[in-house]
Amino acid sequence: MRSSLSHPQVDAASFGRALLDPQSATPDGLTGPDGQTAPKRFNVYRNNVIVSLSEALGETFPGVKTLLGEDYFKALARAFVTAHPPLSPVLIWYGAEFADFLDAFPPLQAYPYLGDVARLEWAWLQAYHAADAAPLDPARLGEVSPQQLGDVCFTPHPAAHMVTSRWPVWAIARANRFEPDEAGAIDLAEPQSVLITRPDMDVNVFLLRAGGAALTMDLLQGQTLADAAGRAQEEDGSFSLSDCLSDCLAAGAFSGLLLND
Amino acid sequence: MVSDTRSDPALRCGAAVPARAGAGLKADHVADILETGADIGFFEVHAENYMGAGGPPHRQLQAVRERYPLSLHGVGLSIGGEQPLDKDHLKRLSDLNRRYEPGLFSEHLAWSSHDTTYFNDLLPVPYDEATLNRVCDHIDEVQETVGRRMLLENPSTYVAFAQSTMSELDFLGEIVRRTGCGLLLDINNVHVSCTNHERSASDYLAAFPMAAVGEIHLGGHAPDRDDAGRPLLIDAHDREVDQAVWQLFEDVIGANGPLPTLIEWDNNVPAWPVLLAEAQAADRILAQTAGARRKQAV
Repeated sequence: MRSSLSHPQVDAASFGRALLDPQSATPDGLTGPDGQTAPKRFNVYRNNVIVSLSEALGETFPGVKTLLGEDYFKALARAFVTAHPPLSPVLIWYGAEFADFLDAFPPLQAYPYLGDVARLEWAWLQAYHAADAAPLDPARLGEVSPQQLGDVCFTPHPAAHMVTSRWPVWAIARANRFEPDEAGAIDLAEPQSVLITRPDMDVNVFLLRAGGAALTMDLLQGQTLADAAGRAQEEDGSFSLSDCLSDCLAAGAFSGLLLND
Repeated sequence: MVSDTRSDPALRCGAAVPARAGAGLKADHVADILETGADIGFFEVHAENYMGAGGPPHRQLQAVRERYPLSLHGVGLSIGGEQPLDKDHLKRLSDLNRRYEPGLFSEHLAWSSHDTTYFNDLLPVPYDEATLNRVCDHIDEVQETVGRRMLLENPSTYVAFAQSTMSELDFLGEIVRRTGCGLLLDINNVHVSCTNHERSASDYLAAFPMAAVGEIHLGGHAPDRDDAGRPLLIDAHDREVDQAVWQLFEDVIGANGPLPTLIEWDNNVPAWPVLLAEAQAADRILAQTAGARRKQAV
């Protein structure tokens, strides 16, 4: 057909660099039917990359997208995609760094809660795709002798995640994604923590009080019930262990129970 | 859930995909499909959407798989890439093949990863000897790892490589000869690429190695113009199949007989009945041809 030696060679490195840098020239050696370099043709690939990855990000973070508006999100997503292109072809895992990116993005310093809204949405997605597992039957705890109860540890359910925030992260996420019609007034001075679980196919989000958040966090990290309850009591004087624990169990936060001898 | 599949002998052998029309499976359509018991030949899924550990995607796919033949279509393996295949990704593909035992398994003649970056687009490869060797090695590795024959899809391209030394047809034909893989003939891609590179789609199809084709794709494209004002078609999968593509499809089926045919509609996805109607239109063409062939035989 043609001799390859007289033609410029385009390798994946130069093709890839040009894809993510809109200022760079179309690599020499990519042509239209007339053999001429064709920037507009190359831009189809550039556009596919940025637009498809921005859309993937928008599907994972619809609440952040609503908060920022379509146009701002699009511009922001372009900046994120260029700075943090995906490392894996599995796009359900794309966007792990988005929350930190939002925290550090100078033009958004006036909206410091955005990062935590993204953390909540990321945790929701992890719960959605987590391994299926039956939650711990609360009756199992009743079988433990009272003397051993304090030594009980729990196995976290694969879908269980917590997000703790200085901001009313659930109120904001609820108003902008999960229950936009139910949302009430948002008090920006109210810190909120949530537990996210998926005992079967539906992802659930539970707002936790300070003591409940401390207890759940410690239990998910494998601490004993006695240690976790002690810290929760310090956090929150009105903390009720039986209420918080039964809420955790009902939510499906755990998949198993361990007794340390 | 895996054990459910394995215990059903009809599914254990991987129900063959019939020479009928199928549709790309979309999460929003699953409830409609299962409720109405849609009469359709098969469903195809993008493998990468089912690489999470569990949750609703697998529950839905399991339910669909119990009722319909399945085609598993990878979009991220980067078979045309310059670097070795991603072993973890290949294992995920292999695991999905074992879990769902699809009747067809396909990937693309394209690359999408380089260094540590995944670009999420089907990027073009030069048609030269070095690339041919690499693609064949990669396909050998896929077929050995997954333990089955794969179909390789012809691409939509927007640029040509000045360094190419052979035609796309020669390139594909040589891959088939060396690796024994099958081909997924995307007729929309043929129309898009031939328009973009000012070639005849009919000539391309007349010379296509049809004996290797195990599946056909049909999809919609978006019209644009290139730098010199020439038509530039973009493989957008965002609308109905174009009339020109339907015509090429009729010609291919008329000349070669019916084949499993997928309607791809991945962006601006319509309501289920609209997608089903596209599949039914393809089914009518497949059935007509099958009928005409039977008459000929009599």
